[in-house]
Amino acid sequence: MYSASDLRKGLKIEIDGVPFDIVEYEFYRPGKGQAMYKCRIRNLLNNNVTDKTFREVDAIGEPNLEEREMQYSYNDGEHFVFLENRTYEQITLSPDVLGDQKYFLNEDMTVKVLFHNDRAIVVNLPAYVEKKIVSTEPGARGDTATNVTKAAKIDTGYEIKVPLFINEGDLVRIDTRNGAYAERVSKK
Amino acid sequence: MGTSDIPESAASSSTPELSLSSTPLSPFLPVLQLRSRVLQAIRRWFTEHDFIEVETPVRLAVPALELHINAEPAGDHFLRTSPELHMKRLMAAGAQRVFQLGPCFRRGERGSRHNPEYTMLEWYRANAGYADVLMDTKQLLLAVAREVKGTTDLEYQGRPLALAPFWERLTVSEAFVRWAGWDPAKNYDADRFDFDLVEKVEPRLPREVPVILTDYPAAAAALSRRKPDNPAVAERWELYLGGLEIANAYSELTDPGEQRARFEECAAARAAAGRAVYPLDENFLAELGHMPPTGGIALGVDRLVMILADLATLDDLLPFRE
Repeated sequence: MYSASDLRKGLKIEIDGVPFDIVEYEFYRPGKGQAMYKCRIRNLLNNNVTDKTFREVDAIGEPNLEEREMQYSYNDGEHFVFLENRTYEQITLSPDVLGDQKYFLNEDMTVKVLFHNDRAIVVNLPAYVEKKIVSTEPGARGDTATNVTKAAKIDTGYEIKVPLFINEGDLVRIDTRNGAYAERVSKK
Repeated sequence: MGTSDIPESAASSSTPELSLSSTPLSPFLPVLQLRSRVLQAIRRWFTEHDFIEVETPVRLAVPALELHINAEPAGDHFLRTSPELHMKRLMAAGAQRVFQLGPCFRRGERGSRHNPEYTMLEWYRANAGYADVLMDTKQLLLAVAREVKGTTDLEYQGRPLALAPFWERLTVSEAFVRWAGWDPAKNYDADRFDFDLVEKVEPRLPREVPVILTDYPAAAAALSRRKPDNPAVAERWELYLGGLEIANAYSELTDPGEQRARFEECAAARAAAGRAVYPLDENFLAELGHMPPTGGIALGVDRLVMILADLATLDDLLPFRE
């Protein structure tokens, strides 16, 4: 268990069996009263953010969390299969756990999987991944402006906005944290 | 209005011009100018009202016992969490009106409105009570605002804040019944009181006018005396400006027997909570019986400057904040 004075931004805590991440933290002590710890917390299972104030007397749950490096292996049509290199342990994750991250996986990509009580709950991809553009309207030749965009699909079917000069077959770098186009890696 | 209007008014008066050099501390210079003028205005008001400025020890052998306030150890002493006990000893010695401006320290308190080291303004008035120090407070704040801002119509964080003419006065019971659904003067529950104060009451206090939250449950009296005609509550009030808690005032407890009992109860509660227990200040207890009825108040100067400079957090006020 944590005591309230252990609370700080970034600490992972557990409430009613659910793991949370503290995204904002504020110490406050009213008048002659006891210290309060006003926190904004993010549910690690569904990303919902809520406010929660802890009192000095509160004991706060410490989640059993473990982060392991794994490699993406394949998709069996529905589920996503990851392998741990060292132990050859294999886990199968539903698309729900991955959210939009599932669109940015590449074969053999190393990811960080967060386990809560031995259950995988979050998959963290590298900040940037490279993906091939499989379809987009032809761009205007020589147009290198990046503030005008058009829609383009990557191999997983995910649609991103890209500059006009990007063509089918180009390799682009995508920011996995927001799914946004970052830069062109190579032309077709 | 905002922080941007400080340099203009400051530069047009007799203050020295700011140089063009720039370090991470440079953005603080305008607010330091304003702060300096606030300190001058405070001293002027007290001097004009026949208060004497005193300086009492910052390094104490025995800090005041309070359940939730922890003193910073300094060698074989402690840094003061408040000058209260020494100032009351001066009142017991016969002083009529004293004030002090100086640093206080509270261990582990750091947030947008808290800093472990801060400036406290504390004053005491003999043969007076908490209503008299409320009059002092009103006059003082109006004088400071007029001198520093040229007006008593302030703006804090996008909302108007009129320091005159009306101050909202709410008893703790009224506020809790209205917003938290229970009366702490009847069935006091310390944990629930603190939590509901922060979560339900403080967020709903009016911000457009100063608010006096008054008559605290006797169990939250701290060093104030009980109300003679209603011993369930104590003669204690707190001032809020723009939602910020600014000052805490008492009709001071003058009964050494009750004071000792409260200290002992507090010491037991601290021990039970696993906190450091300081010995009782026997000099204070021995002299307290000589103190006449007295009104006393502690006002957070940093927060007052936050209001006058329209700053949301102490980060923008304190140049050397760790």
